Amino acid sequence: MGTRDPDGKHPFQKLMDNPWLLLALGVVIPTVSYTVWGWIELWVLPAATLP
Amino acid sequence: MASAVESLPISGNHPASEVRTCDTTSLPVCLTAQKFIRMHAVAAVVFLLIGGIAAILIGLTRWPAVHLLPAEWYYRLLTLHGLNMLIFWILNFEIAVLYFAGTVLLNTRLASRWAAWGCLGLMTVGAVMVDVAIAQGKSDVLMTSYVPLRASPWFYLGIILVAVGTLVGVINYFATIYIAKRDKTYEGSVPLVVFGATAAAIIAVVTLLHGAVVMIPTWLWSMGVLSQIDPAWYRITWWGLGHMSQQVNVCAMVSVWYLLGTLTTGASPLNQGVCRGAFVLYILFINLASAHHLLVDPGVGAGWKIWNTSYAMYLAVLASMIHGFTVPASVEVAMRKKGFNRGLFGWLAAAPWSNPGFSGFFLSLVIFGFGGGITGVVLGTQQINIMAHNTMRIPGHFHVTVVGGTTLAFMALTYYVVPLVFQRDFYAKALCRIQPYVFAGGITVMALGMSFAGSYGVPRRHWDVEFTGGQFAAGFDPGAHVMLGVMGVGALVAFVGLLLFILLVVAAVFTGPAIAGQAMQAWHEEPQAPADAATMAEEEHNTPGTVVLVLVFLTTFAVYYFANWKWLSDVWEVR
Repeated sequence: MGTRDPDGKHPFQKLMDNPWLLLALGVVIPTVSYTVWGWIELWVLPAATLP
Repeated sequence: MASAVESLPISGNHPASEVRTCDTTSLPVCLTAQKFIRMHAVAAVVFLLIGGIAAILIGLTRWPAVHLLPAEWYYRLLTLHGLNMLIFWILNFEIAVLYFAGTVLLNTRLASRWAAWGCLGLMTVGAVMVDVAIAQGKSDVLMTSYVPLRASPWFYLGIILVAVGTLVGVINYFATIYIAKRDKTYEGSVPLVVFGATAAAIIAVVTLLHGAVVMIPTWLWSMGVLSQIDPAWYRITWWGLGHMSQQVNVCAMVSVWYLLGTLTTGASPLNQGVCRGAFVLYILFINLASAHHLLVDPGVGAGWKIWNTSYAMYLAVLASMIHGFTVPASVEVAMRKKGFNRGLFGWLAAAPWSNPGFSGFFLSLVIFGFGGGITGVVLGTQQINIMAHNTMRIPGHFHVTVVGGTTLAFMALTYYVVPLVFQRDFYAKALCRIQPYVFAGGITVMALGMSFAGSYGVPRRHWDVEFTGGQFAAGFDPGAHVMLGVMGVGALVAFVGLLLFILLVVAAVFTGPAIAGQAMQAWHEEPQAPADAATMAEEEHNTPGTVVLVLVFLTTFAVYYFANWKWLSDVWEVR
């Protein structure tokens, strides 16, 4: 399992005790996975030709 | 008070004149925060009433036998209903929850009084602006306001103000937990309820950023400054606001479950690490599911749809199932340790069902899990979604998540907020005790009616599914009409429960007996355990009853999931 730091905290516990890191991850992951990826899909979509 | 709020503070950072000690819980209450909790709670209930009146009118219009409103008023009130219920009522209540969790549970003052005024002012002005724009008949665009439908610029500006105001409140919350940490007002990790509230706040930040990105250009477009908005871009970005805001609700609701578990039964989370880990999964992955709404959009590919709709391979669903186990399990352990240790469900039978804080919380848990959770995963499956997209199955799903789940949990919490924060007692306690059952029963029946009507193909957001007077015969099977009638009856019962809640709360807040300086009257008397009962040892955590409930849940989930695949195979026969 995970290694503990000299202060005795498990790395996952340190993550959970750091709201700023959680905030950064919570903003970046959905923005990249849902929003930016979605925009890219639209951007590379070829324009339909009119009949 | 224990555990879900267990890291009790050592010494606070309050100015002496701006703190009181709660007469019931002995927790320190920041008076500035208390003032804003009260004002946001009052605003929340006002918007709940507006949304509720719109709800019953549109419910009676969708019931073909009644068909109450003309078309333009149906779409107008549907717009009003969506925004007041899904945004204004819930966001105001959530800001109150954040102020409570950030200050009372961490023994700290609210970071900024002026930011709190800014939050309240912007949210209120924005919401009134939206409601007036809708009432004027210039913004019949429904909550989604899909371009190229164009509403009044005041409509978009109002939403922007609400979003900015909420963001100011969320930043004030983060500043509050920062000064609590800086001033060492607590030791160790924050209590679980604060951790859950922080998760909700993080999700709110993403939500509100998406709101700004989509609404500012749309506002400029509505005024003619921009010539066009790409509809596909709008849909992707708008759902970053529209669906993510509902994930804030989920997170806040689960935090309220833990809080009410402690307040009503003295429950402690079975494992802090597991519960917090589930909240982390929410923070990282729950927001991907906005893709549910775009499963039939032609502009995005299957890879994007499957990955995002599955919350990164169902990691956020796993989080919900963890909470769905740990919350009732913590209640079971608490009740067994009190001596209600007989059989599988003796603890559940002896639970304080006459306490509206408990009954509302537990019914919310059951309705959200069995109704909302199962249908959400099934409807979010790409192949199955093709049968359900834009049918009444969709509002059937989200009325058991947001209403039967979140709203009911918030109602349950209000039975503690009024005595503890407003320092007023309720009148008509017997009515208080039955209100959660009336509302939960009504909303469940209504959602079942919606879901089954949707299974017949009845579309959502449609004034007249019979196309009366149309050139071609249309309409639905008589069974669909029965289900729409069931929906209408459920809506009436739920509306009675809603009105009852609002009347009881308004009467208590404005004229209820003052109880400042004394402990609140308990909602229930502690039941006496059987004299011969074998009490569970302190170190034991056996939860056989919850395990059985979870197995029933998983069985229901599997049956519903595979029944839908079977149904799909019948729709598209493969030869």
